[in-house]
Amino acid sequence: MIEELLFQLEMAAPQVALGLVNGAFYALLSLGLAVIFGMLNVINFAHGAQFMMGAFVAWLLLNYLGVNYWGALVLAPLIVGAFGVVLEKVMISRLYKLDHLYGLLLTFGLALIIEGIFRNEFGSSGLPYAPPPSLTGAPVDLGFMLMPKYRLWVVVVSVVVCLATWLIIEKTRLGSYLRAATENAALVQAFGINVPRMMTLTYAGGVALAALAGVLAAPIYSVNPQMGSSLIIIVFAVVVIGGMGSILGSVITGFALGLLEGLAKVVYPEASATVIFVVMAVVLLTRPAGLFGRA
Amino acid sequence: MAAPDMDTGPEAGRPVFFDFTAPQLWAFGAMVAFIAIAPFFLYPVFLMKVLCFALFACAFNLLIGYAGLLSFGHAAYFGMGGYITAHTAKVWGLSPELAILLGGVVGAGLGLVIGSLAIRRTGIYFAMITLAMAQMVYFFFLQAPFTGGEDGIQQVPRGALFGVIDLRADLAMYWVVAAVFLLGFIAVHRIVHSPFGQILKAIRENEPRTISLGYRTDDYKLIAFVLSAGLAGVAGGTKSLVFGIATLTDAFWGMSGEVVLMTLVGGLGTIFGPVVGAAVIITMQNYLAEFGAWVTVIQGCIFVACVLAFRAGVVGMIAQRLRVRL
Amino acid sequence: MEKIDRRAILAALAAAPSIGMTRRAGAQAANTLKIGVLTDMSGPFRDISGPTSAVAARTAVQDFGVAARGWNVEVVVGDHQNRPDVGVTLARQWIDRDGVDVIIDVPNSGVALAVNTVVRERNKVYLNSTAATVELTGAQCSPNTVHWTYDTWMLARSTGAALVRAGGDSWFFITADYAFGHSLETQTANFVRGAGGRVLGTVRHPFPGTTDFSSFLVQAQSSRAKVVGLANAGVDTINSVKQAGEFGLMRRGVKVAGLLLFANDVNGLGLATAQGAVCSETFYWDLNERTRAVTRRIVANGAQNNWPSMGHAGCYGAVTHYLKVAADMGLAAAKANGVDVVNRMKAMPTDDDAFGQGTIRSDGRKLHPCYLFEVKTPAESRGPWDYYKQIGVTPGNEAFRPLADGGCTLPTT
Repeated sequence: MIEELLFQLEMAAPQVALGLVNGAFYALLSLGLAVIFGMLNVINFAHGAQFMMGAFVAWLLLNYLGVNYWGALVLAPLIVGAFGVVLEKVMISRLYKLDHLYGLLLTFGLALIIEGIFRNEFGSSGLPYAPPPSLTGAPVDLGFMLMPKYRLWVVVVSVVVCLATWLIIEKTRLGSYLRAATENAALVQAFGINVPRMMTLTYAGGVALAALAGVLAAPIYSVNPQMGSSLIIIVFAVVVIGGMGSILGSVITGFALGLLEGLAKVVYPEASATVIFVVMAVVLLTRPAGLFGRA
Repeated sequence: MAAPDMDTGPEAGRPVFFDFTAPQLWAFGAMVAFIAIAPFFLYPVFLMKVLCFALFACAFNLLIGYAGLLSFGHAAYFGMGGYITAHTAKVWGLSPELAILLGGVVGAGLGLVIGSLAIRRTGIYFAMITLAMAQMVYFFFLQAPFTGGEDGIQQVPRGALFGVIDLRADLAMYWVVAAVFLLGFIAVHRIVHSPFGQILKAIRENEPRTISLGYRTDDYKLIAFVLSAGLAGVAGGTKSLVFGIATLTDAFWGMSGEVVLMTLVGGLGTIFGPVVGAAVIITMQNYLAEFGAWVTVIQGCIFVACVLAFRAGVVGMIAQRLRVRL
Repeated sequence: MEKIDRRAILAALAAAPSIGMTRRAGAQAANTLKIGVLTDMSGPFRDISGPTSAVAARTAVQDFGVAARGWNVEVVVGDHQNRPDVGVTLARQWIDRDGVDVIIDVPNSGVALAVNTVVRERNKVYLNSTAATVELTGAQCSPNTVHWTYDTWMLARSTGAALVRAGGDSWFFITADYAFGHSLETQTANFVRGAGGRVLGTVRHPFPGTTDFSSFLVQAQSSRAKVVGLANAGVDTINSVKQAGEFGLMRRGVKVAGLLLFANDVNGLGLATAQGAVCSETFYWDLNERTRAVTRRIVANGAQNNWPSMGHAGCYGAVTHYLKVAADMGLAAAKANGVDVVNRMKAMPTDDDAFGQGTIRSDGRKLHPCYLFEVKTPAESRGPWDYYKQIGVTPGNEAFRPLADGGCTLPTT
């Protein structure tokens, strides 16, 4: 019995570590969603599609302009973010005065368009994208497992970016304007701050976060048009569980659920995808506003 | 959801017959007449598909248009109805009317379970919860032995209505589908115009005020959810008999998006909107099939155009122009 | 003003019903054949069927020289969008309204089986190439159907048995947790054991929605199996192979066997990632002079970006054989009765550039050899789409499920 438990534990450690990597993606994606929702009150259904665009832009940069992974890590979020600026200016900004659900429907439509165009252009079976040479090679020995370098890198980037975003929003003056603008846009505008521009940049920022996650994913996940839509529903569940009251909440929830999913993959792999939804149901029954949400 | 509210328009009109206002009665008459003559010059299977989806969209509209709740997981009930009807008709050998009824009942039961969770939140959260729960249901269908996995349930017999009328001919099946649709349509209309429906609208407009008036709004929302899920189940069940198949497509979240699109195109909160929307989208799908790869892109564009420019939908715009309620 | 608006709208309403009006099938000329390519243009099967299937069918028509015979062969293409109801409606309309005589390709088991029923009811001809389900030649077999290219039994047999013979005698399965994955795993495991191999373990991953396979790969690695069998499909297989490369499975000599992996998937992975992976196909463009020639023609006809793999080749082969039979029995007879055509197709030995010589069995199963391939390293590859080296072959009479095991009730010819 105890032996079996120890064996389980030995099996579990690597899985937890791998779960953390998944958590890193969930955290980055739910962070972007939370930023956009928190500031704009728009649930960005196109988030998955923008994640996918990040990966494809990285591929395009490499194959047409010879820009390598490190360049793409900076450029792809900027390019997709610029696309976000256009979307916000042309379409999303028209919906702020309406019911939030219209934002959801609009971005759902956008997701269909983006995915469709990429599928027509690049086919359905995906594109090759290799990790940078400096992050391949011998895996890192963590004591209980050999972890590919690239996965560790993903966790590091995710933690740094999430913390930085949180700091910007919670601790800087720009962040305080942002938060104030969501409470009372008219008042903030009266202080001479360009609120519409701030909204645009926030949306672009959220989109850029999705694209960054896409670039991070490109070397280890298949770069194909539907890569985002298969993740987005899980990320929605993460957001519901975390509650959208706090940025940090969605980050912590993202990592925690990644871990939980990792554990489930050892104990009962068949259920590893449903475990997040089960947690969601339990959280809704006990804390309808989410773990970190304000009711 | 802020559905265009025609209740207070200058020519809001009072009901003249069975809660129909005069223009609605005209429109209803036109619809019935169309349904009656259409199979003689349009392809019956295509028409049956339109009617099934029209009923599905009407069921969905009951929630979004009148209770203001956007469910993004309605495919779960539609799919559930389809599987239950197909299974009971094929394996248990139930007659079609019982199989469809059972599909509706089980769909409603599923709606009760998911609804009681989902109504704890509103707005966007509600949408995301219904989506996530529908995804779980999808997993269930994929795994459950009776659904046949990705092959689906094939070769479902249409059977004989009440054990007497053979439905194998398309036209015979068509009249059954038409009857199911009209019953469902009238049921939705009746629900919306009952005192119960009035309270739903009150919840949509201002939930706190409705609570303060002493209504237990959660109960009302849940009942609306269950009714909507049940009708969606009936629609799914009917469809599975028409085509003789029940597959995962009907339970996939893309289908949930599609029914939103139909209702949006037709006009949220209009009684005829979902019917027109379903007809438009299904026609489009059929014709785009020969068009090639651009189906999803075109659907997406319609979504965007509707949200940005035609929020009232086709029927909503006609109603606004004519200053009537449809 | 307002009155005019009202009238305009009412007029528009009155005109609306004409949308969706059926076009009457014009009197079909007796020298016209219509081939309907029912495929996936907008979903996950786009690359393994989709546009290239249509091109392959057109190439077959062209190669057969229909113009010189005074025939008029039309190829129409439809996107079933992976919805069985769209597939069924389209198939019925094609047959009832547009006079389509034969429906080919049809990926996605759900749609493929639904169309099977329609074609049988209408007594036309159904040449399926890209669906994997064995049901088409099993319990749901039909006298109007030929299943040309491959099925799950064949994949399991080829990859399972041949790989054990090539030294991969201990296996670990990573299986998509639904019926397709389960049956692929069970069948393959049987062949592995039958050939003297062992199955050390299995892990089942949720489907759909699994993006990260690392934890399953780590479990596979710690089992120390020589072969990791991927009983999944499409994006799941691509992700599994990609991450197996990342975790260095192939580098350490573990054979990663994609039970359903196509050349198009390998193209999507890139050789740097996919090198060393093992898979089975019944066609590869670089098998012999004939396959190279036919591939050149198909690629030149519009498949430059997505070269033909076995599913596309199946469309070519099936159309070629169909046209031969139609020429043999006369167009009028071929159009009149689908069962007759399929019976003649079964009676006549097949010979086409993509598959060489073969036969069609009484249950509609086309028989041809199945090849076991290993994906080349980037250094071994000499040009575009030079991806495979052959490491085994199963002859046509052994590659497919025996007639008796399928449960098909059609009379043997």
